[in-house]
Amino acid sequence: MDKTYPSPEEAIADVEDGAVIAIPGFFAAGVPRVLLQALIKKGVKNVTLACGCGPLLGAVDELTQLVENKQIKKVIDSYGLFRSMTKGLQDPFEQAVRAGEIELEVYPMGTLAEKYRAGGAGIPAFYTPTGVGSIVEEQVVSNVPSSQAMKKETRIFDGRKYILEYALKTDFAFVHAYEGDREGNLRYRRTAVNFNHVMATAGKVTIAEAENLLEPGDIEPDFVHTPGIYVQRVVKVPRLTFNIGID
Amino acid sequence: MPSKFEGLPREMIAMRAAKEVKDGDYVNLGIGIPTLISDWIEGRDIILQSEIGMLKTGPIAFGEDVDQDLINASCQPVTQVPGTAYFDIFESFSMVRGGYMDVIVLGALQVSEKGDLAGWANPARGLDCVGNIGGSMDLCAGAKKLIVTMEHTTRDGQPKLVNELAFPATASGVVNMVFTDLAVIEVTADGLLLREIYPGLTPEDIQSVTEPKLIIAPDLKEIEL
Repeated sequence: MDKTYPSPEEAIADVEDGAVIAIPGFFAAGVPRVLLQALIKKGVKNVTLACGCGPLLGAVDELTQLVENKQIKKVIDSYGLFRSMTKGLQDPFEQAVRAGEIELEVYPMGTLAEKYRAGGAGIPAFYTPTGVGSIVEEQVVSNVPSSQAMKKETRIFDGRKYILEYALKTDFAFVHAYEGDREGNLRYRRTAVNFNHVMATAGKVTIAEAENLLEPGDIEPDFVHTPGIYVQRVVKVPRLTFNIGID
Repeated sequence: MPSKFEGLPREMIAMRAAKEVKDGDYVNLGIGIPTLISDWIEGRDIILQSEIGMLKTGPIAFGEDVDQDLINASCQPVTQVPGTAYFDIFESFSMVRGGYMDVIVLGALQVSEKGDLAGWANPARGLDCVGNIGGSMDLCAGAKKLIVTMEHTTRDGQPKLVNELAFPATASGVVNMVFTDLAVIEVTADGLLLREIYPGLTPEDIQSVTEPKLIIAPDLKEIEL
């Protein structure tokens, strides 16, 4: 079995307008930036980028380009805005959110992790204590009124309140691996793993960009992080330099 | 109106809060003043969890030690130390929500008399209903002991310790202790207990910048660093 593609452009060739794409990365760590650049080049519109913790702040050049090209319909994230209000006001993404041109749907980070995990694991929904006592318990948190109108269900277990949250399965997942073999087994490096593994399981089609493309067997079987069954395509990419630090 | 009283700088708030963490504790530090606590616990037997997916987070990295694949949850480059473990985000939040952390330290925009915490959305930003929740609500949901470190008032002198939250809540009834530039306050079933006070200030001074009625500890003392 050989899942390798010759280029990022060919690996994402069937991504169409309106696609929902999981984008892992935690600020600057583990973001699939080369695949995002291919998405910009392809120019598809109305995409939903399902994130975990601010990968688009870690890849702000790509984010700005996607916003300027009007390719994004919606972003799902726990931390999608710059921490600094001053910087946020100048950020084209935040400006588009303020204008209602892009939807921002917000969840607690652990709830998002569990939504992707459940999506990949065949579990349609789950109860979590996270968010009880906040607006998260009442409704979907979003800048768009029709989403705000979606109310949440709660239930008491052993005297404590929990919120029903739904699984999230995406059309595609773009993931960033340190090593990937031709059959799709992946390994991540240090804190760059973050959302990459759970999102690889949540994508109907998972496309991995790998800094190092290896032969089957080169990754010690004991140390495979994401087994190849979750990964449909692998493409070799250069190791890009990230600007560490967000405001 | 500017801040009414001169108190501890941010680093010293962190230093005082660090004393509240015991050897053997697993601890998660939020963005802002909480992160500064790591400077005061080096060499102690305390393990820092970073929700990005790291246990036993080492000191901040400089120069050649900076590795773009190794950052903490505040997006600062950090180092690994003997005993460090990496894991994915699902595992990380299993630890957090599952109640394995001994101490959680967060910043706050407001804390209420009942220990409600507001920190994820500042209405002054003018973004209707959205903001950065990050891991804060998960940390509150799983906290055994939740400490808040913050300035006692806003920059224009408004109390941040309030009767009822005016800002969007992160969680309700979760805060145990509050360390500010002016005071150390415990959240009790009877209300806010003033336990330590910045040298030179009186309980009346603290009350004048605190909305809820303070209970004065019988053994009230100066902040011990």
